[in-house]
Amino acid sequence: MLNSSLKQLGEELRAKKISSVELTQIHLDRITKHNPQLNTFLRVNHDDMSLAQARAADAMLAKGDAQPLTGIPVAQKDIFCAKGWPTTCGSKMLENFIAPYDAHVIEQFNKAGAVNLGKTNMDEFAMGSSNETSYFGPVRNPWDLNAVPGGSSGGAACAVAARLCAAATGTDTGGSIRQPAALCGISGIKPTYGTVSRYGMIAFASSLDQAGPMARCAEDLALLLNVMAGFDTRDSTSLQRDKEDYTRDLNNPLSDLRIGLPKEFFAAGLSQDVADSVYAAIAEYKKLGATIVDISLPNSRLSVPVYYVLAPAEASSNLSRYDGVRYGYRAPEYSDLADMYEKSRAQGFGEEVKRRIMIGTYVLSHGYYDAYYLQAQKIRRLIAQDFTDAFKQCDVIMGPTSPSTAFKLGEKGDDPVQMYLSDIYTIAVNLAGLPGMSIPCGFGSNGLPVGLQIIGNYFAEARMLNVAHQYQLATDHHDRAPKNIGL
Amino acid sequence: MQWEIVIGLEVHTQLSTSSKIFSGASTAYGAEPNTQADAVSIALPGVLPVLNKGAVERAIKFGLAVGAHIAPRSVFARKNYFYPDLPKGYQISQFDLPVVGQGALTIQVEPLSGNVKPYEKVVRITRAHLEEDAGKSLHEDFHGMTGIDLNRAGTPLLEIVSEPDMRSAAEAVAYAKNLHSLVRWIGICDGNMQEGSFRCDVNVSVRRPGEPLGTRREIKNLNSFKFMQQAIDYEVQWQIDTLENGGKIQQATVLFNPDTGETRTMRSKEEAHDYRYFPDPDLLPLDISEEWKAQVRAALPELPQAKQARYVKDFGLSAYDAMQLTNALETANYFEQTVGLVGINNAKICANWIMGEINSNLKLMVGDVNLDTCPVTSSQLANLIKRIVDGTISNSGAKEVFRAMWGEGGDADTIIEAKGLKQVSDTGAIEKIVDEIIAANADKVAEYRGGKDRLFGFFVGLAMKASKGKANPAQLNEILKRKLDGAK
Repeated sequence: MLNSSLKQLGEELRAKKISSVELTQIHLDRITKHNPQLNTFLRVNHDDMSLAQARAADAMLAKGDAQPLTGIPVAQKDIFCAKGWPTTCGSKMLENFIAPYDAHVIEQFNKAGAVNLGKTNMDEFAMGSSNETSYFGPVRNPWDLNAVPGGSSGGAACAVAARLCAAATGTDTGGSIRQPAALCGISGIKPTYGTVSRYGMIAFASSLDQAGPMARCAEDLALLLNVMAGFDTRDSTSLQRDKEDYTRDLNNPLSDLRIGLPKEFFAAGLSQDVADSVYAAIAEYKKLGATIVDISLPNSRLSVPVYYVLAPAEASSNLSRYDGVRYGYRAPEYSDLADMYEKSRAQGFGEEVKRRIMIGTYVLSHGYYDAYYLQAQKIRRLIAQDFTDAFKQCDVIMGPTSPSTAFKLGEKGDDPVQMYLSDIYTIAVNLAGLPGMSIPCGFGSNGLPVGLQIIGNYFAEARMLNVAHQYQLATDHHDRAPKNIGL
Repeated sequence: MQWEIVIGLEVHTQLSTSSKIFSGASTAYGAEPNTQADAVSIALPGVLPVLNKGAVERAIKFGLAVGAHIAPRSVFARKNYFYPDLPKGYQISQFDLPVVGQGALTIQVEPLSGNVKPYEKVVRITRAHLEEDAGKSLHEDFHGMTGIDLNRAGTPLLEIVSEPDMRSAAEAVAYAKNLHSLVRWIGICDGNMQEGSFRCDVNVSVRRPGEPLGTRREIKNLNSFKFMQQAIDYEVQWQIDTLENGGKIQQATVLFNPDTGETRTMRSKEEAHDYRYFPDPDLLPLDISEEWKAQVRAALPELPQAKQARYVKDFGLSAYDAMQLTNALETANYFEQTVGLVGINNAKICANWIMGEINSNLKLMVGDVNLDTCPVTSSQLANLIKRIVDGTISNSGAKEVFRAMWGEGGDADTIIEAKGLKQVSDTGAIEKIVDEIIAANADKVAEYRGGKDRLFGFFVGLAMKASKGKANPAQLNEILKRKLDGAK
């Protein structure tokens, strides 16, 4: 049952083989048992709200008006405001913040009858690639407790991989869904920018942030995305498009599929075992009928520097509201207003957040704006143009999600640039606003999972999910579970 | 040697939308602190701005009214700084791409002193941009702490920036007054200066004529025309004194203290913020289509200058009268309603009554008075004017009727009847009086007929007295002249 797909779970719930309360309790019990080790959840069943939702779901199931996700326990990244729940964003700054309203994503899951199982740990304000920047301590990788789960949605990826929830939500600003999905051996998709409303999702870098689902297979992702996507008037960057069914193309054959392989994604810096698994996956796709096209994304090499100008610039401004005045952390002692600001922010934010606020403030400053911010915006357009050109030759682009398998806790802690390079293949996708996903495609020599990244053109999510699903029908990497999680 | 004064204004007009510029919270003035502070106003984590179309529409209205370029695409930018009443730590404003571009406002300047006649001047408008207001810091009643009221946070503002085209305090005040009148005229701002709906920042510098612009100092947040004039006068004198004593002007922001009548430095250029403007990634660029512009244009009321031209051409009024009647939309509407009832031929007499009796009586009233709340309605005035025109009452009788109307209300005809003010316009009755006077004053008649023309007034006086002042003067003159001269 813990390995069941969402479709199977839904069927079992509707067939009354198990109740939502039972299913929720099973996961809560597993969390009680494994969370002390994994540190993946920051809060579960807050004020008994998860079980209350499960009981309500059972009532819906009993009446026979259940939807596909009714009664299914979903873990929510602690970046989403959920009414009545502590919503910390992994920061001391919001340690005691109880959200007074629901994010659009939370509303959508509530409407679908899903159960909010709990809030998952994450890098502070989603700034990190290892989950080590969380104020509440790092999450462990269930495949190797000494390795990181990736980040920033590391808690979500770990929870799905360790079978502590049926599915989870994440957010992805530079790879924060795909990279932890890869490192934890699960599937995750970041849809086209604007597909999922950002209302109630705590902002890191507004022009890059996008929420998406994380689960064990592509078919699950399609069901989750059906719930999460949709136009929302409360987010001006939300796209006004017709509602679509992301499961509609899952079973299409791949015989006419053209896969672009960017040479830049297979150059120096890529570890051999990741390359081997990715090439093996490409070979599998050939067997499924796909053709391979060599492509180039010449400006993608500039993605990391461009990202580390733009994302901190937006973040420095987005995080200004955490000033200790209205809510959140305020220093216990201060001499005057400026001192209150300085102490509250110095004590309330962690090192990585402060580093990015400093970078962002610098690049927006008078005299530096043109050289950094404006220049980065120009290159951002070139990077997007590379993809537009590439999609004239292929339907999807494939490559590694991350240059290596999960690295050890503390391994990159002293070297931010090494940490930033962990997202070298994912960042360009956010800069272009394109959809990107990661699916398990094998294991390294260390036994840790490898992720295959699939990048699609704008709004090609259904096609990408089809591409992933067909691979998952032919392979079993996504079904593998870590040992030592009591299965 | 002379000094030339150079002044430019930045005016913050609060737009009259019922909800805030980026959220649905109310903008009503005077509510209990923080009762109109919703999640967006408080800047809770995760909230996002959504642009209020009504604010944009008002900005377009203003742009069209000053003949400005309306940007087909403008951009909202974040102005970053920390202050407790600025909840997000940035203000959403517009920076390098404002919604309204260059325009111009023709102003009527009434010099504050001297024998200079009123004159017109064109002041160029540099730009106008949309932005949100901040909240308020409350420094009293918090025992050494500061209270924050975020009701005002997010109220829509249109900041209107002029070129440094004004050359005196009188011109600056005239510009502010004309702008104030215009924003009320087109219905984008209630103009309530006490409530902060119209706030002026004045940039002042002085220079020797012909020389480059001097260093300016900005007087912040003036909310009355009187203070504006006092502040400019003080600031100009201070700058001239400083320069003439060999000093230099440092760029600075200053505040005016109405109690002392002085300006004092708030912060110097060195202390100025680096606002780190950048496009707000939460908002899409603001696109304004030709269609939208055309819709707004169609709904725009006839503007003061167009009205003035029409009054001169169609009603035969003087330019000065036309200007006076268009100082506010209420005045123009009142005038046009009255003319509509009495006919175009009598437009001048309507104008005289509005600018004369009505205006001087309104000035004596307290509180916020305008012609919408005038105790004498346009139809009451029209009925009064009709009776003047048709000779029923004399001018002095009309003034008496007007006083009664103003005080107690009532219709002209009823008051004329009640007060017995009807003129005698019956030719037979007047002739009878004239005949009696001629008969009773044979000696004077002889003198008159003998060439003593100035006695005519004597006969008019006697006749008026005999008619108890009710004889129609024109008729009386005509009859008297005919009867006296007839036998000359």
